[in-house]
Amino acid sequence: MIKLDPNLCKGCNICMEFCPKKVYEQSKTLDKKGVHIPIPKNQDKCSKCNLCALMCPDQAIKVEEDDEQ
Amino acid sequence: MEETNESPFMKYLRKDRLPNIFCAGCGNGTVLNAFFKGMEMAQMDLNNINMASGIGCSSRIPGYVKCDSLHTTHGRPISFATGIKLGNPNMDVVVFTGDGDAAAIGGNHLIHGARRNIDLTVICINNSIYGMTGGQISPTSPQGSYGSTAPYGAFERPFDLAELVSAAGATYVARWTTAQPLQLANAIKNALNNKGFSFVEAVSQCHTYYGRKNKMKSPLEMLRWMKDNSINKRKADKMNPEELVGKLIVGEFVNKNQAEYSQELYNLIEEKSGNRSKSIKSAYMGD
Ligand SMILES: Cc1ncc(C[n+]2csc(CCOP(=O)(O)OP(=O)(O)O)c2C)c(N)n1
Ligand code: SF4
Ligand code: SF4
Ligand code: SF4
Ligand SMILES: [Mg+2]
Repeated sequence: MIKLDPNLCKGCNICMEFCPKKVYEQSKTLDKKGVHIPIPKNQDKCSKCNLCALMCPDQAIKVEEDDEQ
Repeated sequence: MEETNESPFMKYLRKDRLPNIFCAGCGNGTVLNAFFKGMEMAQMDLNNINMASGIGCSSRIPGYVKCDSLHTTHGRPISFATGIKLGNPNMDVVVFTGDGDAAAIGGNHLIHGARRNIDLTVICINNSIYGMTGGQISPTSPQGSYGSTAPYGAFERPFDLAELVSAAGATYVARWTTAQPLQLANAIKNALNNKGFSFVEAVSQCHTYYGRKNKMKSPLEMLRWMKDNSINKRKADKMNPEELVGKLIVGEFVNKNQAEYSQELYNLIEEKSGNRSKSIKSAYMGD
């Protein structure tokens, strides 16, 4: 599971650009801060490489291991 | 236990100060993540780390970290860090600085820190510009790049910081970009493990100033530029200068063992004053 904190995310889209599995999708709507918060839509494709969490400049992402659920 | 919904780095951060002040997509936050990752790989305890930084967007990083830190004057973090290290050589001292902070106003402190080989880990976030003050040209702005003080393009030659600090005597030097966060984290691990002056240049995006002035107005455009133009040092060493124009040479520049300054100084104190030095120290310890 990908957990993305909408209060921390600033909508820079770095996670979307760098995810090797194209898990994230651009949202069509703006949130209350006026930013597009990516949607981790294709979670079944996630390889849990953690690159998105390492790159996110706002520490908004947690990639949960399956056994954590 | 960390809360399950949080970034793996949240436990090291002062949560009440978040979200950070940086522009959306600024590389500073990625470099901070790479630092935490490198610290974990080096098995270093954050409680034993003391940070110092100067002035600039990049220099605001330590303020977000749950460790002791000094936010000092512009250009001087290496001097303050030298004080911390000599006052308590058991501390792991980390400096966060920018290209303006480290190479312009603080250029002398940088080369002399390297020359002394004092055990500091200096992480220089090189965004090729003065971000905080509005996009002025810095000593690392590439020739021909635009800035608020170079409306016709910079004509000065820039410093190559990794080469400069290598020549000045640092015992660990590496350069990576924010588009290579794992390699950056690994370099920070090696820098933390090195007993001596370690310099990690993190080439990073300030899309707000550098990007907007140079036709890369989003962080993604800047990250693609860094990724596409990076060449590993091993490969670059076999290429000629014309082929390397506009390229970012990344990799490890120096990794060697040499006598370290604080150790040498304490050895000298011990040798010259023996027990007397202990009594001086105890006067400050309270008993
Ligand atoms: C003595 C002094 N001179 C000038 C300034 C103004 N000043 C603040 S930050 C800065 C440059 C910062 O550039 P850099 O270190 O590259 O940091 P960045 O914001 O790009 O991360 C300058 C010139 C100052 N604060 N103090
Ligand atoms: S990288 Fe982080 S801040 Fe940027 S869009 Fe993704 S979650 Fe949001
Ligand atoms: S962990 Fe890797 S594969 Fe999964 S969403 Fe993040 S970047 Fe994509
Ligand atoms: S001005 Fe540049 S360096 Fe400063 S926070 Fe914004 S993007 Fe980052
Ligand atoms: Mg700068």
